[in-house]
Amino acid sequence: MAKNKVVTVAEAMEHCFDGMTVMLPGFVNCGVPHTLIDGLMEAGITNLNVISNNTSVKGQGIGKLVHGDRISHITCSHIGSNVETMEKFTKGEINITFVPQGSLCEKARAGGAGIGGILTPTGIHTPMEEGKQLLEWDDEKGEFKFVQASDPQKGRRYILELPLRADVALIHAYKADKLGNVVYNHTARNFNQGFATAADFVIVEAEHIVEVGEIGPNEVMTPGALVDLIVQAETED
Amino acid sequence: MRTPSNAREFIACRTARFFQDGDLVNLGIGMPTLCLDFIPDDIDVWIDSENGIIGLGAPPAEGETAPADVVDAGGHPSMMRLGAATFDSFRSFGYIRGGHVAATVLGAYEVDAEGNLANWMIPGKAAAGMGGAMDLVTGAKLTIVMSTHTDKAGNPKFVQHTEMPLTGYHCVDYFVSELAVIHITPEGPVLEEIAPTTTVEEVVAKTGAKLIIPETVGSMF
Repeated sequence: MAKNKVVTVAEAMEHCFDGMTVMLPGFVNCGVPHTLIDGLMEAGITNLNVISNNTSVKGQGIGKLVHGDRISHITCSHIGSNVETMEKFTKGEINITFVPQGSLCEKARAGGAGIGGILTPTGIHTPMEEGKQLLEWDDEKGEFKFVQASDPQKGRRYILELPLRADVALIHAYKADKLGNVVYNHTARNFNQGFATAADFVIVEAEHIVEVGEIGPNEVMTPGALVDLIVQAETED
Repeated sequence: MRTPSNAREFIACRTARFFQDGDLVNLGIGMPTLCLDFIPDDIDVWIDSENGIIGLGAPPAEGETAPADVVDAGGHPSMMRLGAATFDSFRSFGYIRGGHVAATVLGAYEVDAEGNLANWMIPGKAAAGMGGAMDLVTGAKLTIVMSTHTDKAGNPKFVQHTEMPLTGYHCVDYFVSELAVIHITPEGPVLEEIAPTTTVEEVVAKTGAKLIIPETVGSMF
């Protein structure tokens, strides 16, 4: 008999801890693990190192963690949808490392797929080069070489972006079976599918929890083998 | 398509004429989304939304409800076209960086004569972050900046050399404003078109870079 991974939010929070690195998916306010974030708030978990695309909107989702000063550092691509994050950042009250959205994806993909790093042309000759190694393809020799930002560019140049992983990923699903096989809905999929591969412990909140077998193998977007726990998502309606 | 009724719509209307039949186009948040209303009727353009849709539709009309979990790149509920596809962000940015997007349309703080784009932060003043812009300008075949010709204080948005943190290096192909279309070429920025309501002299005076003026400057309409 397969294990039933469904637990309460409070039980799921026993696996979260102060200072953890946590992947929080969502695009603005879509596909955000609201129920699990409420769980973090309730459990008083703080000093979070957040990896996310953005910080939702003021006072909602990741915005609750921002408002409650629960975050020590964020790696993200955009904060423009949350005025409170922008205010705190301008005042120096929150630490943010900006990463281009596509590079954030590939860094997490590398982290989840056992890849040692990725080469991206995104951000070449921009502040994204700072503190990173750069490689240039030498067409004549047929090999890469490391270059400095100030070297004149002769060939295709790339930033070496390193993998990202987290202690915990909190995932929002449309539907999950009791094994953790997951289906996401439309643009709520965003960072959920990828982040679910890149953390040591994966907790899924699902709008609908169904019996094993109700989600066919062709439909599964994240296999249950990657999922540790499932909680019932609270929905607005 | 409808007729433009203000400066922003005028810019959008001219920008949409860069699109070709069958193009996959990404429209940035803000003014670029206005292009949706001005795509010529005789071409079929597919809209890419970097949060995971090819085939984004318009915002829901009055009395219409967007499907659950369908938002545009600004996070606003949106419709999808028949034949649309949804996917995750990792795949979405693979499509973008991989050269599958024909044109990307964005706003700017500044664009310079070499096609450098600054639109993600002004040190000490504003920091929204780059979101997907750095990947879009890297991967799209054509990068078009839509902008007012000057900022609120009257400073040119098109400058000789921007000192702002860059979003993209040598990436902008066209700068479209309410006054002009500037084509950034290896020889320099060419004033290709001006609005019917202005003169070459006015455009030159309101531009912060040395423009190449062809013998014949076209009209935006």
